[in-house]
Amino acid sequence: MPATDDQTQPIGAAASPAAPVDPRPTFTQSIAITIRQPAKLRNLELFLLLVAIGISATAIVLVQLGVDGAVDLGVLAQAGALGTLALGMHVTLRVVARDADPFILPIATILNGIGIAMIYRIDLDRGLTGWESQGIRQMVWTGIAMIIALVVVIAIRNHRVLARYRYVAMLVGIVLLLLPMLPGIGLTLNGARLWIQLGAFTFQPGEIAKIALAVFFAGYLVTARDSLSLVGRRILGLQLPRGRDLGPILIVWVAAMGVLIFQRDLGTSLLYFGLFVVMIYVSTGRLSWVLIGLGLFLGGAAIASRTLTYVEGRFAAWLDSFDPAVYDAEGGSYQLVQGLFGMADGGLVGRGLGQGSPTITPLAESDYIIASLGEELGLVGLFAILGLYLLFVARGFRIGFNGTDDFGRLLAVGLSFVIVLQIFVVVGGVTRVIPLTGLTTPFLAAGGSSLVANWIIAALLLRLSDEVRHQPRLVVDE
Amino acid sequence: MNKELRRVSVVALMMFLALFVSTSVIQVFAVDELRADGRNSRTLFESYSAERGPILVAGTPIAESVPVDDQYEYLRTYSQPELYAAITGYFTLNQGNTGIEGELNDYLTGSANEQFLDQLGALVTGQSPRGAAVELTIDPVVQQAAWDALGEQQGSVVAIEPATGRILALVSKPTYDPNRLAAHDTQAVLQAYEELINNPDDPLVNRAISGDLYFPGSVFKVLMTAAALDSATFTPDDTFPNPPRLELPQSSSVISNSEGGACGGGETVTIATALQLSCNIPFAQLGLALGEQTIGEYATAFGFGASVDVPMPATPSRYPEGMDDAQLMLSSFGQYDVRVTPLQIAMISAAIANGGNLMQPTLVDRIIAPDLSIVQDDEPVLFSQPISRETAATMTQLMVGGVANGAASNARIDGVDVAGKTGTAENGGDAPYTLWFTGFAPAEDPQVAIAVVVEDGGGFGQTAFGNRVAAPIAKQVLEAVLNR
Repeated sequence: MPATDDQTQPIGAAASPAAPVDPRPTFTQSIAITIRQPAKLRNLELFLLLVAIGISATAIVLVQLGVDGAVDLGVLAQAGALGTLALGMHVTLRVVARDADPFILPIATILNGIGIAMIYRIDLDRGLTGWESQGIRQMVWTGIAMIIALVVVIAIRNHRVLARYRYVAMLVGIVLLLLPMLPGIGLTLNGARLWIQLGAFTFQPGEIAKIALAVFFAGYLVTARDSLSLVGRRILGLQLPRGRDLGPILIVWVAAMGVLIFQRDLGTSLLYFGLFVVMIYVSTGRLSWVLIGLGLFLGGAAIASRTLTYVEGRFAAWLDSFDPAVYDAEGGSYQLVQGLFGMADGGLVGRGLGQGSPTITPLAESDYIIASLGEELGLVGLFAILGLYLLFVARGFRIGFNGTDDFGRLLAVGLSFVIVLQIFVVVGGVTRVIPLTGLTTPFLAAGGSSLVANWIIAALLLRLSDEVRHQPRLVVDE
Repeated sequence: MNKELRRVSVVALMMFLALFVSTSVIQVFAVDELRADGRNSRTLFESYSAERGPILVAGTPIAESVPVDDQYEYLRTYSQPELYAAITGYFTLNQGNTGIEGELNDYLTGSANEQFLDQLGALVTGQSPRGAAVELTIDPVVQQAAWDALGEQQGSVVAIEPATGRILALVSKPTYDPNRLAAHDTQAVLQAYEELINNPDDPLVNRAISGDLYFPGSVFKVLMTAAALDSATFTPDDTFPNPPRLELPQSSSVISNSEGGACGGGETVTIATALQLSCNIPFAQLGLALGEQTIGEYATAFGFGASVDVPMPATPSRYPEGMDDAQLMLSSFGQYDVRVTPLQIAMISAAIANGGNLMQPTLVDRIIAPDLSIVQDDEPVLFSQPISRETAATMTQLMVGGVANGAASNARIDGVDVAGKTGTAENGGDAPYTLWFTGFAPAEDPQVAIAVVVEDGGGFGQTAFGNRVAAPIAKQVLEAVLNR
């Protein structure tokens, strides 16, 4: 096996009580007992976590000094509570997932912390306090999300259980997707019908749906991969699937297009579809699926860009951002261009936290938080943030490479790719790589649903990575 | 599965690489372009809170940033707002900047490339950078004289030092108070701006260098005569037939001289007489003889068609192309579609005054950094050489005659030879005339070249000529220069 950081030394520690049921207990346990040293990992995690909490706290103080010129200890105390919660999670991991990846928790924590600092900074600029303040709400949501993540790590001791509930997961995913379409609770914000509202409480169920669907895809593909990959006619060097095997991909395509048309959200639709295509490719190894998937999606998007005015508008804003007509148009490129101005103003080293004018750009705290961070932290800051995401994703992919069961590997890859797609769609949209669509930047952007979903992803990756370390190093990949 | 995973990892890495590239492009390579975009309010905010350098006239600030206790820290204040509005322009929070404020914004804010070391120093010391001071070429006495002489009239006065191109006075009326637009109460600024932009008299338009441009009328005959003499096609004593009325070719239109009747009585008339008495019919014939191409070449050499940066870009004056004979004849006495700025007319006189060498007109004397080092010192620059020294000398004689014995008599100054030419441009139908004077003094050693334009017939509709309204204004400005 590769991955040098996985080398462990024999210390004679006992196997975790959470050890999975293994068909060959005596063999694996005997090896595991001789080669593991989990405490070292957790100590590394603790060190990184303290650094992450320290940087987040510094960011909040700098924001206060930058905008108000004074330090508000109340807000710092609330942030401190969240830091404590993160440490609590670390302690929990010491007990229930001792071999979990040491990078995932610190990365999620620091991104979340920087996000809170930036959102709070925008509140200060706008003079928002209390429940009006997005930063306060973001902190509350962070608390909720971390607790849910904690529950996930504790409750799901063996991820293989999830594979059993794949069809339940599918049902849950589809119901969550359709929830905003229900009259009475569905809510349309910024032109997209993605929210549900219950009293003062709004939630974006699609965020959770992507996890449920990833679980379903992983479970379904592990069982169906053979029929998907081996059967079918070969045309022009491509192994084409049978008609009946096309069923699931068509259903997903219809669902993604449904989101695009009825919920008016290009980004989410791209997310679901990209997730499915990647997972089916990884599980079957058939390039034909990727080509069919891409063809279907691009075809659908091309038709949508002609027929749906909002999609058409997004394309115009992307291609001719600086055209005065597009700039001034309703739903035109004003926001995009202002975001670019902000980032340009930040330049290489940024204006400094609290020193820029990110609030000029609409949605500076959510869709455009990357532009806000680029303005105040500069290219250096953005590179650091992108680097953190890259590391997070690499740790997820590592589970895919080194995992012992195909369901876990596939799920880890799927969840990691969800993060990749979100980053690419959001940052790519803000920086004009692709047309702008409304996805959230994981951990950074204001929004409770997204925080909960991404913390669940982090929790699942922690759980999956724990399994990787649990297995003896002798397991040979297929 | 690992092979596929590796490929997916590569795809993910490529996606991240695309983002590293796109953010770098925006935050490093496209920064200058994005910051220069007029819609970028961040650049403006930044420039607003910096201690903006003053604009100076003879060492006295006419625009300066005064510390105030609000989020912008400094308030732009104009000490003689209306007198200098056409030059300074305005400096606003959200309606852009014009004039020197807009054109030299980088220097005034201290962000020009020449001030890079100062910016670096400010970054290290933590002080916000201070902008440079802009010293203008304007002579406050001449400026005041031009302002007073124009009185309540709508129009413009431009006075240039012929040997250097330095602009001594630049007035445009009606005008406005830039203090109202520099205020920090954006609502009040917006209201003031709306008011000014909707004012039918267009007070925001700098008539000296832009706006809709004017028909030059007879002042264009100066350029016509200079072209005729310099191209060696004619001498001042060459003659043209002298009918009182002339029917235009392929047209039933008839042109006449402004006084009616023939030009000076005889069967024929010389070019010299036609210029001094400002007769239309001989110039119509001269234009036909010279041809559109020759006249166009001289117009271009005098600055027509070029955006002259003073440093604000002046709207290019226009000499039409592709005219038929009738149009060519009309254009030859400054009608049809010839369009000019007062600056352009002053440049023609300045070129003649400076022996045929036209100097680049400018408002900026020098730019001085906060530490009193010179950032930029504007040396005189040759714009073009439209005519020879000999032609210039002959033109000077003819124009002196026009003031001493001709149609520009109201510009006479005792003891000084003034060279000049009046103009009375028709604006079609019953519209009031546009009244002109251009010239320079003293003829033997010109200190100043001038153009005066008065709109709306000076209040006299179609009854007044340039000599009655514009020449006396010019005289007062010339005297102000000669008496300094």
